[in-house]
Amino acid sequence: MTEFLQQLINGLSLGAIYALIALGYTMVYGVLRFINFAHSDIFMVGAFAGYYLGHYLPAENLGCGLLILAGAMLICALLGMTIERLAYRPLRNRSKLNVLITAIGVSLLLENAGQFFFGAKSKAYPSLFPVHNFTSAGGIVLSSNQLAVFIVAILLLVGLQFIVLRTRIGTAMRAVSFNHIASSLVGINNDVVISFTFGLGSALAAAGGILYSVNYQAIDPLMGVLPGLKAFVAAVLGGIGNIPGAALGGLLLGVIETFVNGSRYSTYTDAIAFALLILILLFRPAGLLGKLQVEKV
Amino acid sequence: MKKWCFLLPLSVLALGLVLPGCGQKSAETAAADDAVIKVGEYASLTGKEAAFGQSSHKGTELAIEELNTQGGVLGKKFKLISEDNQSKSDETANISHKLISRDKVVALLGEVASGRSLIAAPICQENHIPMISPSSTNPKVTEVGDYIFRVCFTDPFQGKLLANFAKKSLKATKVALLTDVAAPYSVGLASFFKEPFLANGGTIVAEQKFSSGDKDFKAQLTAIKAGNPDAIFVPGYYTEAALISQQARQLGITVPLFGGDGWEAPELIEIGGKAVEGTYYSTHYSAEDSSPVVQEFVKKYRAKFKGETPDAMAALGYDSALVLADAIKRAGTTDGPKVRDALAATKDFVGITGKTTLDAARNATKGAVIMTIKDGKFKYVETINP
Repeated sequence: MTEFLQQLINGLSLGAIYALIALGYTMVYGVLRFINFAHSDIFMVGAFAGYYLGHYLPAENLGCGLLILAGAMLICALLGMTIERLAYRPLRNRSKLNVLITAIGVSLLLENAGQFFFGAKSKAYPSLFPVHNFTSAGGIVLSSNQLAVFIVAILLLVGLQFIVLRTRIGTAMRAVSFNHIASSLVGINNDVVISFTFGLGSALAAAGGILYSVNYQAIDPLMGVLPGLKAFVAAVLGGIGNIPGAALGGLLLGVIETFVNGSRYSTYTDAIAFALLILILLFRPAGLLGKLQVEKV
Repeated sequence: MKKWCFLLPLSVLALGLVLPGCGQKSAETAAADDAVIKVGEYASLTGKEAAFGQSSHKGTELAIEELNTQGGVLGKKFKLISEDNQSKSDETANISHKLISRDKVVALLGEVASGRSLIAAPICQENHIPMISPSSTNPKVTEVGDYIFRVCFTDPFQGKLLANFAKKSLKATKVALLTDVAAPYSVGLASFFKEPFLANGGTIVAEQKFSSGDKDFKAQLTAIKAGNPDAIFVPGYYTEAALISQQARQLGITVPLFGGDGWEAPELIEIGGKAVEGTYYSTHYSAEDSSPVVQEFVKKYRAKFKGETPDAMAALGYDSALVLADAIKRAGTTDGPKVRDALAATKDFVGITGKTTLDAARNATKGAVIMTIKDGKFKYVETINP
């Protein structure tokens, strides 16, 4: 029982990080109907931003940790908006495939630039937040970093739902997602909305990157590739374009993966994650919470 | 440096085209090319095992430099052509082909990781180019063919030694295994540990697996914790070993962790921090060894590389180049098959990592040392001879 609960905690904390990355995929898809493959590398840049900012502020300090988190989110938001402006906007009215291939190009650019500027070696990550282990009577351990993952993930999720459902810009985002020609007819500046969506998604990726790094304590420029793929699976699992779906998909994937990892079949973890994606697409093409939309021809 | 290897022949060619009257010039360069012995090195200078690759490369570089200041062998100087495989298997194949067919090297030195040595070995064997691996310990590497050698001990020896160490020094009867299934080195060492350990009356309480590059080991460690072991054996490389130690301590696992020579890199302590205190690993040499050969080497290495202390990979990289030079000298030629025969006859060659004798299976038989981490530093524990 102890082992089961411990694995559940491990799985949920991993899943919460997948969820944060998946949200970025889902939001961009919701508004622009394309997969931003560079998202997983913004996750990496976020982690490195935290790493370098961490050198200027005292470690293991809650206030400074949050400041670094906010700083990295800001840097990545700007990076995401720049990428959108330079790489995706010129292709907005071209076929979706062009943008998709450009996204893969941007992803490769970020990965290789990362290896060039940051170096290809794994780096030890500083402890940004105070570290404390909470141990229960049965020997279940919950580290303060895992707790931070839950809290930050929940806060950001709630904040995101609030922005999307309760604010003017959120209403505009939903309008662009619904019909971008009609939205520009009623006076919404599509460019601003899309730019904002990229900024928001990239900020979440940065938060995911930092939380991932404080938990696993080693970073390298290719660290985003696998979590990015998994988060993409999570987004599709929950129903791409659907915000609660991305969160649910992330948590589910994290928990499943952890339980497989702790069993005799740990070699098959990734195989199981991707088999799950294929299965879901077979039986529920729109994902767990997604609604199937009829394409007008 | 690397760029020059391409640029030099190119510019010579261009010169020949522009100034047809100066034809002798390119002939002279070709003669100059013949006056050196080209040795190829493929190494993981970047990527996951970069710490190993860099150390090994520095050791080799130092050895070649020294050989050249002593005048080289057969009246020729050595030229080391190093290529980076980025710790990737596919790159390794490309580079080995390039070094052999384009640069026409007489022998290949490499690599630290057994997985990548296994990629280059068949290529060398096919082309009859001798290859010396400085520190690949998986037995399969030299089984590829009679042109493949190594200057370090093998995993069956290391596994047996660690099994004895676990039993006698750690007093562990229940051991948990955490193996990297994506690394032949790790899978091999795990099985070579298991056999003698079980034969000595030990039990394996949990066997968990991961793949190189994983960051999250909490699931496996939680399962291991439930098995209640006396010690955890992690036959992997330093990045994962450091992360595993950290996550183990986070989960409240207090028993010692131990591993093989894949652990030795400064990154183990950098990434692992306090969590790697009191962990053990076996390796090829210790810089604390008081023998004059070792101390002389440490001094020269520090002088060349800004006070860095050479680790086992550096020492083996150094030895691999010296063993090759010695064989070329004895062979009296750089002809592949003759150098091979001379290498196979290597006996009691005194290097930094002890006396190297290459046996019929082209492996070196030599002793090992056990190291531990104390107060953020590598500490020598004991030497075990075969």
